[in-house]
Amino acid sequence: MKNEIKVPSMGESISEATVGNIIKPSGSLVAMDDEILELETDKVNQVLYAQQAGLVTLTVQPEDVVKIGQVIGFIEAGEGKGSGQKEKAAAKEIKAEPSPTPPSSTSLAAGAESIVPIKEAAPQASVRLTKEAWLEELKRPQAVPKKESSPVAQERPSSPPLKPPRIDVAPLKPARSETRSKMSKIRRLIAARLVEVQQATAMLTTFNEVDMSAVIGLRDKYKESFAKEHGVKLGFMSFFVKACTSALKAFPEINSYIDGEDLVHREYIDIGIAVGTPKGLIVPVVRSCNQQTFAQIEQSIEAYAKKAREGGLSVDDLQGAGFTITNGGVYGSLLSTPIINPPQCAILGMHKIMKRAVVVDDQIAIRQMMYLALSYDHRIVDGKQAVSFLVHIKNCLEDPARLLLEVS
Amino acid sequence: MTKRQYDVAVIGAGPGGYVAAIRCAQLGLKTVCVEKGETLGGVCLNVGCIPSKALLQSTEYYDLLANHSKEHGISAEKISYNFNTMQVRKEAVVQSLVTGVAGLLKKNLVDVVKGTARFLDPYKLEITQNGTVSAIEADHFIIATGSEPIQLPFLPFDEEMILSSTGALNLKKVPKRMLVIGAGVIGVELASVYKRLGAEVVIIEMLGRICPTMDPAISRGLLQILKAQGLDFQLSAKVASAEKKMKGITLQVVVNGQATELSGDVVLVSIGRKPSSSSLDLQRIGVKQDTKGFIEVDGLLRTTHRHIYAIGDVVDGAMLAHRASEEGVVAAEIIAGQHPHINYLAIPNVIYTSPEVASVGLTENEAKEGGLSVVVGICQFKGNARARCHGDTSGLVKVIGDQVSGRLVGMHILGANASEMIGEGVFALANKNTLEEIANASHAHPTLSEAIKEACLQALARPIHM
Repeated sequence: MKNEIKVPSMGESISEATVGNIIKPSGSLVAMDDEILELETDKVNQVLYAQQAGLVTLTVQPEDVVKIGQVIGFIEAGEGKGSGQKEKAAAKEIKAEPSPTPPSSTSLAAGAESIVPIKEAAPQASVRLTKEAWLEELKRPQAVPKKESSPVAQERPSSPPLKPPRIDVAPLKPARSETRSKMSKIRRLIAARLVEVQQATAMLTTFNEVDMSAVIGLRDKYKESFAKEHGVKLGFMSFFVKACTSALKAFPEINSYIDGEDLVHREYIDIGIAVGTPKGLIVPVVRSCNQQTFAQIEQSIEAYAKKAREGGLSVDDLQGAGFTITNGGVYGSLLSTPIINPPQCAILGMHKIMKRAVVVDDQIAIRQMMYLALSYDHRIVDGKQAVSFLVHIKNCLEDPARLLLEVS
Repeated sequence: MTKRQYDVAVIGAGPGGYVAAIRCAQLGLKTVCVEKGETLGGVCLNVGCIPSKALLQSTEYYDLLANHSKEHGISAEKISYNFNTMQVRKEAVVQSLVTGVAGLLKKNLVDVVKGTARFLDPYKLEITQNGTVSAIEADHFIIATGSEPIQLPFLPFDEEMILSSTGALNLKKVPKRMLVIGAGVIGVELASVYKRLGAEVVIIEMLGRICPTMDPAISRGLLQILKAQGLDFQLSAKVASAEKKMKGITLQVVVNGQATELSGDVVLVSIGRKPSSSSLDLQRIGVKQDTKGFIEVDGLLRTTHRHIYAIGDVVDGAMLAHRASEEGVVAAEIIAGQHPHINYLAIPNVIYTSPEVASVGLTENEAKEGGLSVVVGICQFKGNARARCHGDTSGLVKVIGDQVSGRLVGMHILGANASEMIGEGVFALANKNTLEEIANASHAHPTLSEAIKEACLQALARPIHM
């Protein structure tokens, strides 16, 4: 029984995808739910799973562009045994190719393209060159003949002149060598997006600093009862989301984007929270923040983190934010200039909380301080608004009662 | 999560297991090797490859002195042998290598635990030794439990009269008449040992040819030579039943439809080997095995559990010690995150009769069945200068090439020192060399290896010495 391998739907706006890493090439035996190959789009990577056990035949190669719904191969039902030597079906090229690594998180501190991390432990191609695979490779027409040896002929061949003896030995790799590898599609896309946003927008950053004592005090006081009551940890992020929500309500033009010649303002507040995972930076979106409680915000973030680790994030989780919060502080950044996530017009960067000597009531005091950075698109937001927006956030954080009382 | 006791636990210290353990340790993995036998080294070192080669060497020397000294002008009256001394020497060789393996594991800081291993859960082994029970936890496992001889249901091994290879290697005295069931590698090797020591040997084989995996030109040539040495072959003969008598064994055999009886003092049953893993309790943790008991593995030597690997005879494939070793290295490297590669076609096969047989790659039929347009070159050792100097000119080199690419696809040698010469074929296959390249390489003169060059030249239709 043949099961067609079809390109699945990957999100409303996605109509095509590129074939990425092939995990189980043609001729492999798969069990149900085995990973077959990866499909790449400019928003998300998705793994294609086997819907039944059997022998895989693929009709596409890496870099091929395929449409949603296109049949790109099939699985013929079989025992789904492990690939032993007795396989009659020729296994394809067996040289184990290293699976393409998704971009690392460090350089994409802010405004990064949303990427779904590729599932951990993606299996490599088989390393066992069986007789069948060897024969298949031998019979494949060589693109570039390895050596100039003439094919063996039955009559007396005109043998090519014997080559002069090679005296040189292939040099050992020198100590100062380079290695070259092709950029993955995702990395190329991210690179392009990052450059584009800087050229298309009038981006600059305004800074401020916030005394985190009040927030830290609240956390210390209520963290246990909060965890007990709501089943989730009270982090900093809920405070920041609440503060940003309040600020976005006060400065609605920042919750806007340019579409052609229109300036579109959103009535709802969806905030993207940048989360670092072992496979890269992802920005899941907390929806309708103006209607969420502290606990609900923390629960959303935790649910996303779990989904990200297990590779269960969907495109819908990553689309449609009007504002982004990124936190370089977890890596130790004291101050940075985050890059806006288009088509948003601003992004807030949180940083490391560090004890600093500051002046309070004309006295030197030691306070837990955090620098805040707001990068914004000057075409939409003017300086006064941006600075005031950031001050609003600062005030809400330094005096959380403002959030309770809805006082700016 | 707390780190487990070991990065890797290797089960079995045979050529697959101990090599895997050493490679793991080289790659910085904390490794333990569990062995249930009294000594390390597995079947190969203790009751297989090594003891058989030691006896083959001793008996070959005896045969040379007893039967060929005259033609070299050497007068050697009253050449005799002491079988016990041969056995003692054999044991000493085995012992030295077993100690060697223990030394290698120690040097590489691999922990060695003696006892029978059993999976309690996918990450834990229970080890039983003389009633004492202990446990080992590891992040990865490499199962290298090997194989054991297959016995006929009506001839259960007693290792005195009904022998497996183990018993045949440890006989106290040379039997007067020995029956051998199965004309594969083990059968013909052990038959040779006892024939040289004066036993009457009859080899009973179900198929119409001996050593069926060999290229027919080779197995035909070997059969002729062994017959000339005095071995009696009953081919296309099936053993139907057996009777154990007071002083021997009688087999009821059907040869070409005719029922007949064959008797001997002892019978060696060498009809093949089957995988051993029953004591591991693999069902408990759901590791899949096929109907013959081989552990199923994927293209990365992993079993049903991604962290449990299996290598060697317990995995379907050629039952060769060096195959197990290659797979052991590959499994270790995969665990360490590397990208190794194993080319099964470039693994040679050797039979240690005299003359030896060695082959690598495809036979002529396999090449044709594989869809290749085949070109063949043969060089007989009769025409080889070194062979003439030796005095033994039996045998041949046969090379098989692919016409389209010019590449070597198979090399088969029947002749003295074949085991040492086959490396050239292994290398050529692994590196996709052509017959032309082999023919262009200089081969020392006078050596037997020139026959390889000559066979390639013959395939290229321009032999020099033929």
